[in-house]
Amino acid sequence: MLELRDVQVVFDGFRALDGVDLTVPEGELRFLIGPNGAGKTTLIDVITGLTRPAAGTVRFGGNDLVGRKEHQIVRMGVGRTFQTSVVFEELTVIENLDLAASFRMPLWSLARRRRGVSEAVEEALARTGLEELAERSAGVLSHGQRQWLEIGMLLAQRPRLLLLDEPVAGMSSDERERTGELLTQIADDHTVIVVEHDMEFLRRHASKVSVLHEGKVLVEGSVDQVSADPRVQEVYLGRRASDAVGNRP
Amino acid sequence: MIKRHLPFAAVAVVALVAAPLLLEPFRLGLLAKYLCYAIVALGIGLAWGKGGMLTLGQGVFFGLGGYSMAMYLKLTEAGGGGLPDFMVWSGVERLPALWTPFANPVFALGMAVLGPVLLALLLGTLVFRQRVRGAYFAILTQALAAAMVILLVGQQGLTGGTNGMTNFFELFGQDLADDSTQRGLYLVVASVLGLLYLATRQLVNSRYGRLLVAVRDGEDRVRFLGYDPALVKTVTFAASAGMAGLAGALFVPVVGIISPALLGVVPSLELVVAVAVGGRHALAGAVLGAVVMGYAKTAFSEQFADGWLYLQGALFILVMTLAPKGIAGIAHGMVGRLRRARTT
Repeated sequence: MLELRDVQVVFDGFRALDGVDLTVPEGELRFLIGPNGAGKTTLIDVITGLTRPAAGTVRFGGNDLVGRKEHQIVRMGVGRTFQTSVVFEELTVIENLDLAASFRMPLWSLARRRRGVSEAVEEALARTGLEELAERSAGVLSHGQRQWLEIGMLLAQRPRLLLLDEPVAGMSSDERERTGELLTQIADDHTVIVVEHDMEFLRRHASKVSVLHEGKVLVEGSVDQVSADPRVQEVYLGRRASDAVGNRP
Repeated sequence: MIKRHLPFAAVAVVALVAAPLLLEPFRLGLLAKYLCYAIVALGIGLAWGKGGMLTLGQGVFFGLGGYSMAMYLKLTEAGGGGLPDFMVWSGVERLPALWTPFANPVFALGMAVLGPVLLALLLGTLVFRQRVRGAYFAILTQALAAAMVILLVGQQGLTGGTNGMTNFFELFGQDLADDSTQRGLYLVVASVLGLLYLATRQLVNSRYGRLLVAVRDGEDRVRFLGYDPALVKTVTFAASAGMAGLAGALFVPVVGIISPALLGVVPSLELVVAVAVGGRHALAGAVLGAVVMGYAKTAFSEQFADGWLYLQGALFILVMTLAPKGIAGIAHGMVGRLRRARTT
């Protein structure tokens, strides 16, 4: 479904991505890990059109994504969240979700007032458990709730591929647990790529992992395979993989 | 539902019934002028308050509307085949081709709105696609206002130069000096403002309005919701330009003059200041700001001719530092406190 071939990104002479090959088949839940500066976020930026690669191809469902604008890529069914969640604080939770769900409507039909709640919004509310906060403005949400709202907005878009950039960063362990369940649930009927550092979280919820290092895919496999790999252990500063990957630098 | 429309209905009654009955013609004329500015302010409230586009060049669109109307008035004045007075003084012998279609009132009024809209669409497409925003956009629009003045002043024979155009005597066969004509004009201006206010409020409360606020607060995030922020901004900017154009067209018969001094950098800025003082986050605040600042300017200038500019500047700084939401914000806060006091 998603296929990256020899993708290279250069920032002022620094090779952020140096020939990444990555294939994610339909319906998979894939985790991307790697030390800081490995190029995880850059990779997501390339897929979603925020960063233009110097070379290589990005194909999604048979279409080339390179050179398309961000909103066009979203319209093809690729959605993402950001490391630092950005929700629209002046709008209510439901308005945030509704906006995310309405992008397929022609611009002129947006000039009508929203009546009721659409199915996609209803579903996103239920899945993220934000029903009780629906009419509150997004500015009052806690950090964890904001992350869920972002995931909810992503769901309301009804994308085919979801890219989540560190969805559990800064969350309490309870919130992590809920987010993990949410991810597994979402992965049932979506293709999902998650960037995550947290090894504990990976152990509990990940099936397949790709390790990125210095702009290249180093290893791919199950969590156990990956953490047992000597190259991965070396990358994480030569420490034992079990504690090294678990501690965020 | 009824409660929500009550304040608007009350203001409408005061503006459409009480004001024409109670105000003497001169004061009613002044109010009509302020209401013209309020139409421009409404557009600024939409573009700046809701959409975050600080436009310092609304005078350009106001001017395009005003000049379209003035050209029509001048041509009816001159009669078929005649030349407007200022052209005769400038030694122009034949009517410039640009002027000919403006003899048609439908064309002139159409251009008063369409001209600004098209210019804003062009500018918006060029500027917003390149992701020019914030201060850069503000400076660009201000430069446009300065350029417009230079252009108008330079083309003496075509535009009347620094003096602009004045001496309008009749509109659609009605004597402009007549009190009843002026009262009619006032009613037209007030109704146009009311209708535009309702339409803009509807727009702001719609999904499009939410999208506009989202673009203002997180343009980059909106891209990843599948919308094109450049398109949203361009359309909104064009709407505000159209309002300014229509206001300009109404201003000319009401006030009886259009000149570069009425649409350059300073008048454009004054309107933005008025919107800030009234409260840019609420459409009613923008309208109120234009009327209040208009009255203040007249009242103050009658006493101290030169002091107004300083007072205006001081007021702007005061509002920005102490009450960034303007008069509307203060009023909103007071209503909220009253409600709470009543419930407890």
